[in-house]
Amino acid sequence: MLAFTLRRAVQAIGVMFAVGIIAFSMFRFAGDPVNQIVSIDTSAAEREAVRKSLGLDDPVPVQFVRYFGNAAQFKFGVSYQFRQPVSALLMERMPATLELAICATVFAMVFGILMGVYSALKRDTVLAKLFQAVSLIGISLPTFLIGILLIYLFAVTLGWLPSFGRGEVVKLGWWTTGLLTLSGLKALIMPSITLGLFQMTLIMRLVRAEMLEVLRTDYIRFARARGLTTRAVHFGHALKNTLIPVITVAGLQFGSVIAFSIITETVFQWPGMGLLFVQAVQNVDIPIMAAYLLMVSLIFVTINLVVDILYTVVDPRLRSTIGRAA
Amino acid sequence: MTEPVLSVRNLQVEFASRRGTLRAIDGVSFDIAKGEVLGVVGESGAGKSVTGLAVIGLIDPPGRIAGGEIRLAGQRIDNLPAEEIRRIRGKRIGMIFQDPLTSLNPLYRVGDQIIETIKTHLNLSETAARRRAIDLLAEVGIPAPEKRIDGYPHEFSGGMRQRVVIALAICAEPELIIADEPTTALDVSVQAQIISLIKRLGRDHGTAVMLVTHDMGVIAETSDRVAVMYAGRVAEIGPVQDVVRNPLHPYAKGLMGAIPTLAGDDKRLVQIPGSMPRLSAIPRGCSFNPRCAFAFDRCRVERPEPLSRGTQSVACHLYDTVPAESAA
Repeated sequence: MLAFTLRRAVQAIGVMFAVGIIAFSMFRFAGDPVNQIVSIDTSAAEREAVRKSLGLDDPVPVQFVRYFGNAAQFKFGVSYQFRQPVSALLMERMPATLELAICATVFAMVFGILMGVYSALKRDTVLAKLFQAVSLIGISLPTFLIGILLIYLFAVTLGWLPSFGRGEVVKLGWWTTGLLTLSGLKALIMPSITLGLFQMTLIMRLVRAEMLEVLRTDYIRFARARGLTTRAVHFGHALKNTLIPVITVAGLQFGSVIAFSIITETVFQWPGMGLLFVQAVQNVDIPIMAAYLLMVSLIFVTINLVVDILYTVVDPRLRSTIGRAA
Repeated sequence: MTEPVLSVRNLQVEFASRRGTLRAIDGVSFDIAKGEVLGVVGESGAGKSVTGLAVIGLIDPPGRIAGGEIRLAGQRIDNLPAEEIRRIRGKRIGMIFQDPLTSLNPLYRVGDQIIETIKTHLNLSETAARRRAIDLLAEVGIPAPEKRIDGYPHEFSGGMRQRVVIALAICAEPELIIADEPTTALDVSVQAQIISLIKRLGRDHGTAVMLVTHDMGVIAETSDRVAVMYAGRVAEIGPVQDVVRNPLHPYAKGLMGAIPTLAGDDKRLVQIPGSMPRLSAIPRGCSFNPRCAFAFDRCRVERPEPLSRGTQSVACHLYDTVPAESAA
């Protein structure tokens, strides 16, 4: 078990190293960084001085090692447009994005699993068929359209919810949260639904398909033949077996929820990392873009690692295979 | 004569399909007495398993019991509400399925599955149920049961898993065990152990056993009586020695003739020509007539009803034409 975790951790570091190379090369292929920093009338000598002071005249491998070493300590340099350290900018924006992503995922999991289980157990009811139809919409409508439609309905027409921003936030140390104020919670509703809708329909369809599959297995038939109550068969036996693939997908989806929050954050002007990234792209703010790339891949890699470990907690078969392999 | 544990009368099971209603079981009748093992034999698709599932009330839609009666110790059980038949399953009727590898939920400890079943049917505390689960595992021949009870199904071999399945089937001391091909998925040496285990449990507890299989060897070794099924009907039923030594129905004759002997002669294996009709195309009259060497005109028109011949009962017109012999 420990060996397995260590091996996966080493693999994760390998992935981060590769992403680091890509992030680093962005600096070199998106024009000369010195030109981005200095103004047009800076003399050639002054440019050279800047280049030297920033270490940009060192050999490329040396520069890379320096960049990667700094990145490992969460130092990503200074933003061209804000003239502030990138890590401070990211840290400031991260709570907003994480709060949104967690709310969206919780929303997606809760409703996805409930609707999925319902439509698997009561396959022929009107409600189950309605869920299926709705899930098709959720899967095919693009995120920005859903966001705009929600804003039109609940913010513009009905005026119930704010159309942009995070509302009032409370500071808890370095973390800012919108979960403790009414306006913060209200502001969270629409972006969460927008971001989580695709995941919800995905989970719902997955749960439904898996559950139908599991209900056909011999051990469910045998559980029924043992006279267990329908409740015990469905929720004790079938649901647990159904949730194994759901954990993987939901876990991996959490990474994409963070990565794809870019669109939702743009639509709702949500002050998170995604919005920061979009602004950075518009201004060719390479340090922010590179740091964002590294952060998102770090989150992805971490989630993958956690999902792998969670898997072994849920499925005893994996525990012993891993034990044997190690 | 005491009341049989299981009495099935004129059972009919139908499956609704796009091409109309298919009748999988058509007028099956048999009894099983206390402590008796009834072997049910036939080709794939003859309706053996469906009969077993019908008895325990597990025919799922689009299938349904369309007619007849099933009585458990005199009580009619085929028309009970779902919740009541659920209480009978596992408590009064235990079931063993074919594949022990897939019969147990892989995510739960073996002991938890047994304890769960015990607590569903018997009013026992957690510790008492665990005690009983260990005793059951010991009874079905699992070594070191107090350790193995906390193992997961994948940590057991096929034969051991089938023993666990049997322990689950008998955990509430049922009156009847339905064993649906319990040895088919096991290798031969393990088969013998499982068979003798089922036999011993039946003897020790006076449990009636309905043993569904297509293996005549298993039937001959285990059963007291045997029912030969063909296309959803009972072709012949009787004491196992009589049916094996002196089969009456041409299909039963073919089936017994198809058992290879150990004599080692290099003759080709005997087979019954043709194959069993599909449910959608069961021939008129006797369903066996297209494959039967003795078929005559009546077989193609009229369906044969079961006739008593000594200890055996046979559904064949051949035995209706010689009334003189029936008097004997």
